[in-house]
Amino acid sequence: MSLLSLQDLSVTYRIASGEVAAVRDVSLDLGAGEALGIAGESGSGKSTLAMALLRLLPSGTRVDGRILLDGEDVAAMKWGRLRAVRWASASIVFQGAQHGLNPVRRIGEQIAEPMIVHGTTKEPDKRVAELLAQVGLPAWRARSYPHELSGGQRQRVMIAMALACEPRLIIADEPTTALDVMVQAQVLTLIKKLIAEHGISLIMISHDLSVLADMCDRLGVMYAGRLVEVGPSHEVFHDARHPYSRALAAAFPTVGDPVSRMAPKGLGGDPPDPMDMPAGCPFHPRCPVALDTCTSIDVELWPAGERRSAACVHVLPETPGAPVSDAPVSDAPGSDAPGSDATVSETGGSEPSKTSVEAT
Amino acid sequence: MTEVLTKRKTLLEARDLHVQFASRGRKARAVDGVNLAVGEGEIVALVGESGCGKTTLARTLLGLERPTSGQVLYGGAGLDYGSRALKAYRREVQLVLQDPTGSLNPRHTVYEAVAEGPRIHGLANEEEIVRDALSRAGLRPPERFFLRYPHELSGGQRQRVVIAGALALAPRLLVADEPVASLDASVRGEILALLLRLREELGLSALVVTHDLGLAWNIADRVAVMYLGRIVESGPVEQVLTAPRHPYTQALLSVLPESPEPVVLTGEPPDPTRVPGGCRFHPRCQVLGVGRAAEVGVDGKCKGEPLAVLPAVPEPQVACHYAAATGS
Repeated sequence: MSLLSLQDLSVTYRIASGEVAAVRDVSLDLGAGEALGIAGESGSGKSTLAMALLRLLPSGTRVDGRILLDGEDVAAMKWGRLRAVRWASASIVFQGAQHGLNPVRRIGEQIAEPMIVHGTTKEPDKRVAELLAQVGLPAWRARSYPHELSGGQRQRVMIAMALACEPRLIIADEPTTALDVMVQAQVLTLIKKLIAEHGISLIMISHDLSVLADMCDRLGVMYAGRLVEVGPSHEVFHDARHPYSRALAAAFPTVGDPVSRMAPKGLGGDPPDPMDMPAGCPFHPRCPVALDTCTSIDVELWPAGERRSAACVHVLPETPGAPVSDAPVSDAPGSDAPGSDATVSETGGSEPSKTSVEAT
Repeated sequence: MTEVLTKRKTLLEARDLHVQFASRGRKARAVDGVNLAVGEGEIVALVGESGCGKTTLARTLLGLERPTSGQVLYGGAGLDYGSRALKAYRREVQLVLQDPTGSLNPRHTVYEAVAEGPRIHGLANEEEIVRDALSRAGLRPPERFFLRYPHELSGGQRQRVVIAGALALAPRLLVADEPVASLDASVRGEILALLLRLREELGLSALVVTHDLGLAWNIADRVAVMYLGRIVESGPVEQVLTAPRHPYTQALLSVLPESPEPVVLTGEPPDPTRVPGGCRFHPRCQVLGVGRAAEVGVDGKCKGEPLAVLPAVPEPQVACHYAAATGS
């Protein structure tokens, strides 16, 4: 049985002017010990998804579908049970660690808190020292205040807290954003080592597909609140089936790759307004390989190879023309050609001129 | 490409630049002897971790900080720190900051944001300048953006407004401090493509300060790697990033995703108030650490003999005893 199972999960925020569907019909399974990456840009719903898993969303938010943690429905949990599950079964490492720590309390107390609350240890001090050692910090750091630590060290403290009650699942939301390259490498190496040693499952959220491909077994790419592609990390990163995944993968170049030298790849336009979704495929206004039918037909996740799926008309068996992976990469709209970039968002995207597929 | 670079005329230059601050009663040597040149129409990436002094160096080049010693030269002449001269200088050299949301006044429209520079400098044809700058920055048609407020724009569009604000003064050089670090992956490439296009269309030079080696690979002609106040390696991007010679550059490249053998340096970037003796990188150096420096007999030098400040030349340069001894 999978550790975590999402079935048709939808999250809708209620705001003054109406309802905003932030996550739409996401279904996913995560096995024990598996690392899953969720990629997408701001507003794609990836952080909302993470928050929904432990019911951390603001009250009044509507959650439809089911979230099963170890077979237990998270939505049906009583408050006491939910409290026990948070930290002990699953814990979250948020982005911007500096804001996650209480500035006027010592590091050690903060790491010990979930353990004391959950009564998981009789000797919190000893366990704190153990946890600090695991994340590569000396035991005397327990007496430090957050401001005495660097950003990377604070992120290590957050990881120590996440590990404190020996959870089976860690959700890491952009755990290394705002950290330097070398510190990022340190933190990622640490997470990798710890999840392997303790057999913990990981859900890691980021907009950097290259980092996720490095850390995770499997990748899910989100666009406009939905999963548009799922598959083994390296295959999604190197040979994406969905044009949006391809654009994300191309955004972070491989140093040394002559293709990306003096040729940064971007994606024109903006993500759609969740209150005003375009008809058909939500990605079609920005899609370099959109067909005429994309303005009316919305394709759901569809098998696209072994253990892979993508929500794109090009993976459908009956679609004429080249398979999507042979189509030109995302440099078509707006990367360099004058006049085609920075579409005016009022029109919801870009010119209708890109509705044809150039087969190679 | 290298041949083309060597012929470029130098536009902005740092010559043996030192910038020191008092930090908790100690002296922080933020910039500790730097030679760096940006040629006309050249894009140079200045790469390093937080605290290495790259932002201080950029600010000093813009005349926002005064060097403790050494000189900033623009068009071959030393920078004049008189207020009138600085005002004129800032028409030529413009700054683009990391966070477009923070650099725009939320209560100013796009038009006002872009028109601010031309107004300060009393330029005629304000509207035409704003229209032209927005359009060059890729916000088209420009009139549709005039009355928008920053909160109505996406992150990428805001960064374009910031760049338009810089372009409004028709500068010859942009200093961009992490121009895409706070932007989404999909927007990143668009803004970088814009910088390349501006170079092509306007001959605009750029000094891009970043910790992102992929960015350097995407758009820069030359790269300078900075560590603890010094440039430790510099040269054409193709050479430095595909065959790095300094152990620090090698380590930075090795931790990029999907790299076969990551060399994760331990410890934090060191403290500019306590610059180690000898080679300033030696306490974290993996080449020294595994004994390769000792094999060629330079370990004593690494720990005890400081390295010379690298010259500002286009050819590849490296400040490393091991690289010098092995010719690697």
